[in-house]
Amino acid sequence: MAKVLMKGNEAIAEAAIQAGCHYFFGYPITPQNELPAYMAKRLPEIGGCFLQAESEIAAINMVYGASGAGARVMTSSSSPGISLKMEGISYIAGSELPCLIVNIVRGGPGLGGIQPAQSDYFQATKGGGHGDYRMVVLAPSTIQEAVDLVMDGFDIADKYRNPVMLLADGILGQMMEPVEFKKREAIDLAEKTWATTGHKGDRPRNIINSLFINAKELEDHVNKIYRKYEQIEKSQVRVETYNCEGADLIIAAYGSTARIAKSAIEMADKAGIRVGLIRPITLWPFPRDSFKKWAERDHVKSFLTVEMSKGQMVEDVSLSIEGKKPNYFFGRTGGVVPTPEEILGEIKKVMGGTRG
Amino acid sequence: MADQRSDRLIIAGFGGQGVMSLGQLLAHAGMLEGKNVSWLPSYGPEMRGGTSNCNVIVSNAPVASPIVTRASALIALNMPSLDRFESAVEPGGILLLNSSLINRRVEREDIRVYYIPASKIAEELGNIRVANSVLLGAYIEARGNVKRESVIMALKEVMGPSKQDLVPINERAMKKGASLIRELTN
Repeated sequence: MAKVLMKGNEAIAEAAIQAGCHYFFGYPITPQNELPAYMAKRLPEIGGCFLQAESEIAAINMVYGASGAGARVMTSSSSPGISLKMEGISYIAGSELPCLIVNIVRGGPGLGGIQPAQSDYFQATKGGGHGDYRMVVLAPSTIQEAVDLVMDGFDIADKYRNPVMLLADGILGQMMEPVEFKKREAIDLAEKTWATTGHKGDRPRNIINSLFINAKELEDHVNKIYRKYEQIEKSQVRVETYNCEGADLIIAAYGSTARIAKSAIEMADKAGIRVGLIRPITLWPFPRDSFKKWAERDHVKSFLTVEMSKGQMVEDVSLSIEGKKPNYFFGRTGGVVPTPEEILGEIKKVMGGTRG
Repeated sequence: MADQRSDRLIIAGFGGQGVMSLGQLLAHAGMLEGKNVSWLPSYGPEMRGGTSNCNVIVSNAPVASPIVTRASALIALNMPSLDRFESAVEPGGILLLNSSLINRRVEREDIRVYYIPASKIAEELGNIRVANSVLLGAYIEARGNVKRESVIMALKEVMGPSKQDLVPINERAMKKGASLIRELTN
């Protein structure tokens, strides 16, 4: 299929539809509004259901219900709206239900602003909702990658019966790039025999539940979920490494920031400084081994984590490199986007030993 | 060595002047020619009467940062846009301004400035709204690494069946802009 020029938000919506998601529940918020708007137009045409709920909390619980009934379903929002959804996300994870949640991140905390940010990393990767659970968190850096990850995300969610989050930012949501919706091989997914579809007396009833009053039962349930997480950590890690061979310094960045970092790396290259990039594509599971491997290389003298936040992923980078090399941080926040020139400035400071 | 040419534009004007669609057409045309492109709109809390702008990259290499901080070209459709983005043009870059609405000269000597009375030309053509196409035609003639035919093709695709009748006047506007550049350079 030929490439089409599309806005990130709309491309994500189209990718979801092509992945077989015919149910969308959401509530408007900038900078992701083109996504539900696209769904509102397209889903009725194909016999799906778009519903603008009365709130984010209602919307995520509709996702909970639709997923429990076996539907491929999604919601989308931006930071403050995602906070509202967190209770429902915890219930969905606790009930072992698949769904896709898209967060087009804007600056926070509180109502914050509407400009792009990455300050929801902690919320996405470390819980957000209560209890022992994990979400698979996918972080695209191009619109093409967003499209591909949406399609993969639904499969991952179904395979492990767990919520998956696509974590992007306002830049990716708003910008346009050429995308191709590739025909995909059908993946062999287990039938959803657990879904509450009405049993008409011919099978035992299915119950969707996250309540376990007995402590031992709850522990067993959580341990069972965590055995899935072990599998996910073994098989679902995705990472891009760029220019790392022979690099003196390695930048850690994801999403839009990784693209800006690449521009800085090109500038550094012209100035004779060799800089690499490790770009986590899955933020959870985090590509720990990749960071550790490069930290053990003699030519790599230090790491510089760059984020549109006050420093969140930087903690996972430090945990991964186990103190083998120093890990510096540079971030802009509140919706301010770092420039390649600023990042180059930080690179020079680290290389020149003037970063404390 | 492969041609790593990368054109990085800032296009800015009042809301309603067709700034966003000018950028989209350029990106679309680049895509049709198999180039790497990106289009990034400003979506911030812009003031009424202020500027709306977009960043466009048309490149032979993959697009890294989609944000244009140092522009190879600025297309300014109104005065506030010129004031805000004049300094973002890199030395050796070009600046096309809508001299119908911008009544000052640009002092910089390290960039090439083209004064295009785009609104006036558009009015003469019979539709003030094609001022953006005058500037697009001028840009392509001056610097663009896309062909006008590709832009016309993109225009036809973007316009949809109900607006095909607007294609010819936009095409005329682009040609007018291009001929103006040829006059200015000769």
